[in-house]
Amino acid sequence: MSNVIEKVIEQDYKYGFVTDIEQDTLPPGLDEDVIRTISAIKKEPKFMLEWRLKSYRKWLNMQEPTWANVSYPEIDYQAISYYSAPKKKELKSLDEVDPEILETYSKLGIPLEEQKMLSGVAVDAVFDSVSVATTFKGELEKHGVIFCPFSEAVQNHPDLIQKYLGSVVPYTDNFFATLNSAVFTDGSFVYIPKGLRCPMELSTYFRINAANTGQFERTLIIADEGSYVSYLEGCTAPMRDENQLHAAVVELIAHKDATIKYSTVQNWYPGDPKTGKGGIFNFVTKRGICLGENSKISWTQVETGSAITWKYPSCILKGDNSVGEFYSVALTNNFQQADTGTKMIHIGKNTKSTIISKGISAGKGQQTYRGGVKIMKNADNARNYSQCDSMLIGDKCGAHTFPYIDVRNPTAQMEHEASTSSIGEDQIFYCNQRGISTEDAISLIVNGFCKEVFKELPMEFAVEAQKLMEVSLEGAVG
Amino acid sequence: MLEIKNLHVSIKGKEIIKGIDLTINAGELHAIMGRNGSGKSTLAHVITGKDGYEIKGDILFNGESILDKKPEERALMGIFMSFQYPVVIPGVNNTYFLKAALNARKKAKGEAELDAMDFLTLIKEKIKLVDMDESYLSRAVNDGFSGGEKKRNEILQLLTLEPTFAILDETDSGLDIDALKIIANGINQYRNKDRAILAITHYQRLLDYMKPDVVHAMIDGRIVKTGDIKLAHELEEKGYSWLVN
Repeated sequence: MSNVIEKVIEQDYKYGFVTDIEQDTLPPGLDEDVIRTISAIKKEPKFMLEWRLKSYRKWLNMQEPTWANVSYPEIDYQAISYYSAPKKKELKSLDEVDPEILETYSKLGIPLEEQKMLSGVAVDAVFDSVSVATTFKGELEKHGVIFCPFSEAVQNHPDLIQKYLGSVVPYTDNFFATLNSAVFTDGSFVYIPKGLRCPMELSTYFRINAANTGQFERTLIIADEGSYVSYLEGCTAPMRDENQLHAAVVELIAHKDATIKYSTVQNWYPGDPKTGKGGIFNFVTKRGICLGENSKISWTQVETGSAITWKYPSCILKGDNSVGEFYSVALTNNFQQADTGTKMIHIGKNTKSTIISKGISAGKGQQTYRGGVKIMKNADNARNYSQCDSMLIGDKCGAHTFPYIDVRNPTAQMEHEASTSSIGEDQIFYCNQRGISTEDAISLIVNGFCKEVFKELPMEFAVEAQKLMEVSLEGAVG
Repeated sequence: MLEIKNLHVSIKGKEIIKGIDLTINAGELHAIMGRNGSGKSTLAHVITGKDGYEIKGDILFNGESILDKKPEERALMGIFMSFQYPVVIPGVNNTYFLKAALNARKKAKGEAELDAMDFLTLIKEKIKLVDMDESYLSRAVNDGFSGGEKKRNEILQLLTLEPTFAILDETDSGLDIDALKIIANGINQYRNKDRAILAITHYQRLLDYMKPDVVHAMIDGRIVKTGDIKLAHELEEKGYSWLVN
């Protein structure tokens, strides 16, 4: 690594280091053999391989979508390696995890050694293509909770996988989701049994380390009748000059009376702040279904990283009286671009959805909110409240809003509010005159702007998110 | 306390303030009266360090030149301005904002910062002085406040932050008589022998409640006449034209 890059790391993106470990990496390129190899490495049952191949064949006939309001150089899908893993395999306990990897996670502020863990948070750590450690597994098993790497679930719980995989995001869904279905390598699997309030927060930390690899993880969360789970994911990556592709799929299934709360703090490497070089392309499909009556899915996301973000966590409100929520803070600084939002599809009666989206653009950042609310014919008394607020910092950035509303039932109640504001020099001067420095003033104003969303995050992560916003906004006003 | 020496101020090459000398001592209340566009507010902005002016001459605060200092540094030295148009900051809680401002001051002085509970006790005392309802504390800074409420909020900040020098930039404009009395009362609570005030106004009516020590008439970027409260009455009666010659 050159000195120049090192300097930038120290100043800006503090998670930009590379872990020096031996890795097994497949050569770049994608064909059926690569998929067979991935499936073989993972010792997958036949149904899994067939599903992958079916997806791959579908993908070959699909076009990369161009409707999003982002621009990026063409991705060469043959130049990407689809599998990379730390060399050591078959881990029986945390003690066997490569110390370099443990070190990586502790640098990221995520201690994996259980005795040092914050009580009440269980962590699954995904390093490049594989899950390297899951904490508190035993403790959770006592309650009947399954929390394990996806690849382990494929082997140990094939019935659940076969039943639910692709049930919310079908393998035909979209270009990136279909690619993921063909080549996904790992991720987290969660099953919460009937009537259980999961005794701890579950979280997964995704780390891309290897160069020229794509990360394609798959997360599947099933909350059985009357259960509750709060799940958090965090993401970081080293600083590299080339772009890296991250195309994940997350599926949530909430049965009758169940609640899933899914929070994301996404801080992938955003690219060089001065040139825009490098950074993660984050093309993610996240969708949940409220399958049973009175079920609830709540998405909260704080998006500060990635060069390109393309992401619409959505809810299908199938059960009567089910509730979907989407709380989002997205920040684009320097050369970042984000096209993000949500879809709420009301199918059941008395279904309710809330959308609160806060977009902040600084530097030359470009940001688009894209949201869809659909009220189907039989969704009597459906209600939606949408609020999209954009904040501009400086005069070289942009904010765009595309709300789509499709109502097919006359009893629906829809509310939509939108606003655009900027941090004005007059606001900064007002704070300055009261003795508050410009940097503190910006973080005060931005935090005030994001408050409604931050309060939805689990306590310890709300603090983390606030700090993250401060770091990501450094130098936003010259 | 404040010494202004041969101050010339231009905006984009156009001279707004054309040579002002002014000394304000601790314990004094000076009023500057003048018509719109005479340069009164520009003077306030230049003292507080707002960007965008070309400045010649000097401004000393407690003997030290402040022209090179940032607005927040001047604020922490003890200079406060009640804004003519207080700024709205959506989403930022009024209490939180004031606490951040007060703690920035405490930190600069090397004093212990106040925690949320102590601050709440303090602010609940102060808010009584400007006859505001406690519900204002939990609202966003100036968001949805009427003109009069915004001005009262400025005085609440003045009483909480306790600076040594306060500029009141048309704090009386847009107020009805009851609000005017409350504001004047708040300002009088603030006054003492260690503090000084520069009040900028069009009208004498606020001055009737505050009893200035010195009154200046400002026309076209210059102080053309200095006197006592009688000058304020004269200006109110006769306008400014008689001073032009």
